[in-house]
Amino acid sequence: MSATDLPDGDRLQRQTDEGAQEMRPTERELVVTGMPWPERERDGDTMIINMGPQHPSTHGVLRLMMELDGETVMRVKPVVGYLHTGMEKTGEELTYVQGGTNVTRMDYASPLGNELVYSMAVERLLDLELPPRATWIRMFMVELNRMASHLLFQATNGMDLGAISMMLYGWREREVTLRLLETITGLRMNHNYIRPGGVAADLPDGWEEETLECCDLVERGVREYDELLTENPIWLQRMMGVGTITTEQALALGASGPILRSTGFPWDLRRAQPYLHYDEVDFDVVYTENGDCFDRYRIRLYEILESIKIVKQCVEKMPLGDYRIQDRKVTPPPRARIDESMEALIHHFKLFTEGFKVPAGETYVAIESPRGEIGCYLVSDGTGKPVRLHIRGPSFYNLQTAGPMAEGSLVADAVAIISSVDPIMGEVDR
Amino acid sequence: MSDDTAREEDHKAGPQAAPAIDDDIAAAVVEQFPGTIFHESHAQPVVYVARESWLDVARFLRDEQQFTQCLDVTAVDHLVDAARAVPDGVGPERFEVVANFLSHPRNRRIRAICEVPATDPRVASLCELFPGVNYAEREVYDLFGIAFDGHPDLSRILMPDDWEGFPLRKDDAPARVPVTFKEDPSP
Repeated sequence: MSATDLPDGDRLQRQTDEGAQEMRPTERELVVTGMPWPERERDGDTMIINMGPQHPSTHGVLRLMMELDGETVMRVKPVVGYLHTGMEKTGEELTYVQGGTNVTRMDYASPLGNELVYSMAVERLLDLELPPRATWIRMFMVELNRMASHLLFQATNGMDLGAISMMLYGWREREVTLRLLETITGLRMNHNYIRPGGVAADLPDGWEEETLECCDLVERGVREYDELLTENPIWLQRMMGVGTITTEQALALGASGPILRSTGFPWDLRRAQPYLHYDEVDFDVVYTENGDCFDRYRIRLYEILESIKIVKQCVEKMPLGDYRIQDRKVTPPPRARIDESMEALIHHFKLFTEGFKVPAGETYVAIESPRGEIGCYLVSDGTGKPVRLHIRGPSFYNLQTAGPMAEGSLVADAVAIISSVDPIMGEVDR
Repeated sequence: MSDDTAREEDHKAGPQAAPAIDDDIAAAVVEQFPGTIFHESHAQPVVYVARESWLDVARFLRDEQQFTQCLDVTAVDHLVDAARAVPDGVGPERFEVVANFLSHPRNRRIRAICEVPATDPRVASLCELFPGVNYAEREVYDLFGIAFDGHPDLSRILMPDDWEGFPLRKDDAPARVPVTFKEDPSP
């Protein structure tokens, strides 16, 4: 690596600011054809070794079967399923009210994204229109969660590459964010805060100050990481040009999120197919051109800043009003009403024993989670429990890119590649 | 479903026997592949595709309609709600294989659904067109026991390799494997 390979400050700046507003740079032909990788020639003895499932850099319980020729990786086959707990089956046994507690545990680094996509699917089948405060709170929470999730990535990515101090720094800032989430939802993780019909509770007093304080701390942290890592020669040598992937390959493999955006393809559902109020806030879609590990690191780093931008706008623009729909068939009555109103008691009882019925139908709702497109395919037969609750986990699809990216690289690079895919095994295995 | 509801739906279906398709992509699919039924599901275009043309429809979407990604392949087991309402012209079967397509250049989505009978649960694999559905089809095979013809590596993905049965089928009892806890007295 020579000095010319180092990214100049201008290019970093340009890639995060300009052009990001342009959403469809697809003058290029984009008909994706089959598997674009040639068969690699094998010579001599190869060895198959397992990395994982108990390997610190596999983010949970991922097993990689690697065929090695010396130190070179010939093939990688991820073996998943170690965390499979049948959550989609469980989802069929739970009422729509209970469903949120189940889906929130899938992508445990961004639980609110799961809750949001599930709630939006249920609401679409119910044909509900939410009060604006509810949707603004949702957007606010999901962006806070995106910050926490990307901070987690920064921490684990640093740890995987031997920058152990990064783990502590990342955890430190993530804890700040989680503490704010705890103040609002009552839990650090697995919040079950976003529910069909709105959110579980209104924002607590003083949330604005706490949020701005949290944003300042995280922003300071991100600047610190930027200073520590982005132009650090060791970091660059471990990351730049490692695990490259092209737009066509990423699309063919079903990748989305930062992996797709790192290939110079600025696709972000928040901009392309806006939901909630993403068309009313100002933010940039961060994308880069090289499609390597370093770009994926950088995208996630700068996306934290974009999320901070959105969160601050949420604080400014948060409307007054109801935080959930006032439909007693979907949302419970206020606690105080239960003591004085028979109907409220009945509604409360019915809601929490048998839930509500959802009209028969099927729908697919997709949002941009920190890892890419998370989708919920929900089928109802008109009863109180779904016939099918399927979550399209972005990690599940993104993990498929790990093999092609790691082929031909060194074993040490494979660790960097897996780390840059940022798979959350809870979501892969469900 | 009671008799009343069924009659009411017959009645509803009467006047709108040939609904105009206001989605140009779906209209093109229906024109290209006779036997394909268009249905609008909560403002999303859905096409019910015959099993024989499953692969061809996907190829048509990819090559002619710029659908760059097949985001998701999944399945539904309709064993318990066999009497469900389906669009006119669709012969309901026990399984439905569902594929969601996304076109980045056109910023459009479409969903294709294929009815798969329980007696012969198999459908063509989309892997050669969209390699990214590899895991998804393995998952459907693993959990529903629907085979995908032409899949490069059709094996279990989430369940152990020696697992018997297909967990997401409605007739697969979740508590079939007993779990004993240490403190529990043995039965």
